[in-house]
Amino acid sequence: MSAPELKSTITGVANPVNTELPLWKQPDATPFVRIENITKKFDDFTAVDNVSLNIYKKELFCLLGGSGSGKSTLLRMLAGFENPTSGRIIIDGVDMQGIQPWNRPVNMMFQSYALFPHLSVADNVAFGLRRQGANKHDVKKRVAEMLDMVQLGHLGKRKPHQLSGGQRQRVALARSLVKRPKLLLLDEPLGALDKKLREETQFEIMNIQEDLGVTFVVVTHDQEEAMTLATRIGVMNQGLIVQTDEPHDVYEYPNSRFVAEFIGSVNMLEGFVTEDNVDSVRIDSKEAGCTLFVAHGISCAPQQRVHVALRPEKIKMTRIKPTQDENCMKGEIVEIAYMGSLSVFRIRLQSGKEIRVTQPNFARDMGERFTWNEQVFLSWDVDSSVVLTA
Amino acid sequence: MKRRSIFLNTSASLGFIFLYAPIISLIVYSFNESKLVTVWGGWSIKWYGELFKNDQIMDAAFLSLKIAFISATLAVVLGTMAGFALSRMGRFRGKLLFSGWVSAPLVMPEVITGLSLLLLFVALESAFGWPAGRGELTVIIAHTTFCLAYVAVIVQSRLVVLDDTLEEAAMDLGAKPSTLFFLVTLPLISPAIIAGWLLSFTLSLDDLVIASFVSGPGDSTLPMVIFSKVRLGVTPEVNALATLMIAIVAIGVVFAMLYMRKQNKMLAAAQE
Ligand SMILES: Nc1ncnc2c1ncn2[C@@H]1O[C@H](COP(=O)(O)OP(=O)(O)OP(=O)(O)O)[C@@H](O)[C@H]1O
Ligand SMILES: [Mg+2]
Repeated sequence: MSAPELKSTITGVANPVNTELPLWKQPDATPFVRIENITKKFDDFTAVDNVSLNIYKKELFCLLGGSGSGKSTLLRMLAGFENPTSGRIIIDGVDMQGIQPWNRPVNMMFQSYALFPHLSVADNVAFGLRRQGANKHDVKKRVAEMLDMVQLGHLGKRKPHQLSGGQRQRVALARSLVKRPKLLLLDEPLGALDKKLREETQFEIMNIQEDLGVTFVVVTHDQEEAMTLATRIGVMNQGLIVQTDEPHDVYEYPNSRFVAEFIGSVNMLEGFVTEDNVDSVRIDSKEAGCTLFVAHGISCAPQQRVHVALRPEKIKMTRIKPTQDENCMKGEIVEIAYMGSLSVFRIRLQSGKEIRVTQPNFARDMGERFTWNEQVFLSWDVDSSVVLTA
Repeated sequence: MKRRSIFLNTSASLGFIFLYAPIISLIVYSFNESKLVTVWGGWSIKWYGELFKNDQIMDAAFLSLKIAFISATLAVVLGTMAGFALSRMGRFRGKLLFSGWVSAPLVMPEVITGLSLLLLFVALESAFGWPAGRGELTVIIAHTTFCLAYVAVIVQSRLVVLDDTLEEAAMDLGAKPSTLFFLVTLPLISPAIIAGWLLSFTLSLDDLVIASFVSGPGDSTLPMVIFSKVRLGVTPEVNALATLMIAIVAIGVVFAMLYMRKQNKMLAAAQE
């Protein structure tokens, strides 16, 4: 990408200051896609289990989950390639029951791109328009427009096998957008690309999404990708949607151990609730070797066993004992990994539990560096950790 | 590595000699001046001239080409449909029976296929008066029947490896199943269909046994004429005829292979 393009993508990404609440936070907003209690069984196996989900206009909704969690199956039901065993899908107010894929206001970009190998790039893009019976002139104009948008205007005459992976992927994107679908489904759209191309394309997708105002549902198993792209993330596990939230909230306030561990890396400290207030909890943790104080309330029984999730980057590491007694653990550095922009430390507590800590590398020479076998104190703020009961 | 390549070269050479020595000797002898097949009398193309003057051979050749063309075409249409049903209809009642039925002619001895078809035609004629007598039509039907099996198997194996998502993508873009078939599926399986057609054409052109059973007295196909001639002694004319047939088949095969290679490359690259 050249410098001016890069600039435009960056400014395109930055959200304009918007005081209005997003649609999904407005209680009376009408969802654009309503998935109601959808279940899909293959023989005895339940691939999608009673999923309900609302997706709003102009959202870029990411379905995130491990392999086999049912993401593709859910997407294929939206496209109409699979029939739900039970439940309803409503898109833009229309119940999709019995509506064939070729009649749905939905287009899909396939993981394998599924470009027609016997057609040229331009004919691939034109395929959908021609099925609508658009006239020759319009088809030509629109195809040129779409190919320019994905910066492939000069390659219209090539066949798919004469393109690079990234170019094919952009043809697939153009082809899926050419009919101006109300809803665009993308199944692991960037799976086959290298890291750099991936990041560029992520920005491109976000730009296109903003320009065209199409609602996107993107499947991915790459959590970083979901964090970058999504307005909201739906985390799937074994056919269930376990959490639906904005990326920031999914990361900062996971609602279960599964989500906390699936998204980013996290330290889990086990303990028992000793004090349960409206807006705070005290937890006694043998593993941590101290009392954990968390500044948010939970609903739990007294003495309930809970987990406290603590992100590695939220931990302060010092040689001198901090003044606080709560949220302060003592341990020994057993491993240091220098990763360029940050360093990752593994610290063994007295209980034997190992804690992961990341520290940004501010300057090239940060005074006296931490070394192996050094005794350190780990502390964090009261609002940096989350209590998980599930 | 070196030893391996010597071994490979030797076995390849032996294989080729084994395969092509008879054909090459046939081609060489077709240019033999002498009337005696086994005696070399110098180069000449006179037997090619004689061949074109021989009405019996020329008629049989045209009949065989016509039959081969029609039955290959019919076999391709029906065989493609059968191959489609086998690979795409999922599980249906009687699928096993159907697939068994489709591939039966592949393994059935030709004598039995020929005999059973003859009996069928005779029975049909006495019951319905159709097909009236045996000749061109019955040979075409018979050849279509067994060529269909080959086409079905070839098309089916192609469909099995075809990426389903291509068809889904077409549907997603608004193609109804019928449009989808002609715009996407058919072009993608065309190499298999062409291969099937060529194979059927050759099989039909080559068939002696089944044709002998089901053709009538006036409608001798080329293999039948050659066979009856050869029983009276091989003539250089027959060598010339065979050489021409080899040339036609070779040209067809080369073109088909070039086309299929191009198609396969495209498919493989697009599906990687
Ligand atoms: N046609 C089918 N028949 C039987 N089982 C199926 C079928 N399609 C999917 N499944 C099963 O359903 C489960 C969910 O599959 P799905 O393709 O939705 O997973 P996914 O979340 O997309 O995974 P991945 O990230 O690997 O693509 C898997 O266990 C899979 O084996
Ligand atoms: Mg998938």
